Amino acid sequence: MGRKIGDMIKKGCLYTVLVAGAVMFVFPFYWMVLASLKTPEEVFRLDLIPSRVTLDSYRYMFERIPVWKGLYNSFVFAGSVTLITLIFTSMAGYALARLKFRGRDMLFSIMLLTMMIPFQLLMIPLYIIVVKLHWMNSFAGLILPVSVNALGVFIFRQFFLTVPQELIDAARIDGAGEWRILFQIMMPISKPAVVTVAILTFMGPWNDLLWPLLVMRDQQLMPLAQMATLFGLEGQGGQWGSIMAVNTMLALPVIALYLFFQRYFIESVGSSGMKG
Amino acid sequence: MKGKRAGYWLVLPYVVFLLVFMAYPVLFSVWLTFHDWNIVSPDIPFVGLENYERLLNDDLFFKALWNTLRFILINIPLQIGLALILAVALNQPLKGRGFFRGAYFLPVVTSGVVISFLWAWMLSTDDGLINGLLQKAGLHPVPWLTSETWAIPSIAWVAAWKNLGYYVVIFLAGLQSIPKQLYEAARIDGATPLQCFFRITIPMLNPAMLLVVILSTINGFQLFTEPYIMTGGGPANSSLSVVMYIYKNAFQSLDMGYAATIGLVLALIILSVSMIQKRLLEKDVTY
Repeated sequence: MGRKIGDMIKKGCLYTVLVAGAVMFVFPFYWMVLASLKTPEEVFRLDLIPSRVTLDSYRYMFERIPVWKGLYNSFVFAGSVTLITLIFTSMAGYALARLKFRGRDMLFSIMLLTMMIPFQLLMIPLYIIVVKLHWMNSFAGLILPVSVNALGVFIFRQFFLTVPQELIDAARIDGAGEWRILFQIMMPISKPAVVTVAILTFMGPWNDLLWPLLVMRDQQLMPLAQMATLFGLEGQGGQWGSIMAVNTMLALPVIALYLFFQRYFIESVGSSGMKG
Repeated sequence: MKGKRAGYWLVLPYVVFLLVFMAYPVLFSVWLTFHDWNIVSPDIPFVGLENYERLLNDDLFFKALWNTLRFILINIPLQIGLALILAVALNQPLKGRGFFRGAYFLPVVTSGVVISFLWAWMLSTDDGLINGLLQKAGLHPVPWLTSETWAIPSIAWVAAWKNLGYYVVIFLAGLQSIPKQLYEAARIDGATPLQCFFRITIPMLNPAMLLVVILSTINGFQLFTEPYIMTGGGPANSSLSVVMYIYKNAFQSLDMGYAATIGLVLALIILSVSMIQKRLLEKDVTY
């Protein structure tokens, strides 16, 4: 009997900790969405349920900044970086894993080394390169310098190492070239690696602020994260409701993706040391 | 052989990116530290070690470095402590583990911009949620983001809150890799749960700890979005981070040479700190 009561107390404590944790992490998001739907007078009230729901904050936000344009730019930015990264890092990963050529091992060591270079060392020369190439205020300048990362090569290489050699040999006997082997055999059976690299890569530019801040000056070309930041910092004079509205618009797409692919998100980020 | 040529073609795009957007910028960065350039002027005078001398006498740089260190020193214990508690709780046989883990991970996938504005609002002195709750409990409001004492601790809390779920996942993986027999053996020897925790769990978690400490240190030195949005580096530069200072020098004063110097020093600090940490912590790892 005593043991049973002890177990119940233990379970109670555990659930208290877990629920407290969940509230701590989820409640601020509820508070954010709620604030975006409250009237300006009620934004600062602590009530958990507003007396009146209004879209005024969203209207104000749409009047002041081109939100749809920002979302579109964010998709172009994050989508292009992801696509370029997927193609080029899978190619390099395949060559490093399954083909023999001179300098291969050295290239792999250099690649591991580049993972240790912080972006803050690169950002000034990259900015100067973008200026000199007349890429300021262009998607080329925004996208290309931050596309392709060592992490992608690393993940693909690890995955391709586990594919049985017989599969590759059989394809070669059938006359397939290395390109066809990569894109028609290796990639389709490497969904976990593709999803991992895609998720990790997509989140970076979608959430990034520093690099767009350097490259984009024209509001019509800014990703939403940058647009939201400038909008918020321009002193909306207590317009917290509309700042939370743009916040909601920025968070929603990634959160929706996350709820859909939750398992993949946690595994991919958990297995690979994500960059902040 | 055919395979050889294919290998070169396959790595070519990656190598081009590596050379153009990594190798060249690193060398260019080092070269810039010996020059004075405002990016507009056609001539770029060589100034020798002047930028480095200036750095050594720059109180604001050391202030930014100190702020960043304070941030890291508050952030790491918060992250390890809370993540450990949540991971240990999640490691028990319970219902709804997937739900809890998913909830904890929500801030990890959310943009730092969103989180910074959200918490800037919740922590605002006059009308924030946190101070509202404190006042309801009969306590005084705290100037979380507007006082020199509280700005860095508040930012450290927000960053911990954002990344906690990530570290919970790392600790959880670490906990699940501990062999069950160790606990059974200890229980037979009459060890209490607390003894088990400190004698088995903590030592066996060392590799995960190492990873968490290194990752949060590297992340900490790269601190930018949170102070940029939440405090603008204020009040009185008390939350100015090193990266913000680079940003200011490069893009507000157009002082490219000096900004590159700070960037290089920061990169060297990050590299050496993470290498030292690796050494120190690897010593403790025992199996």
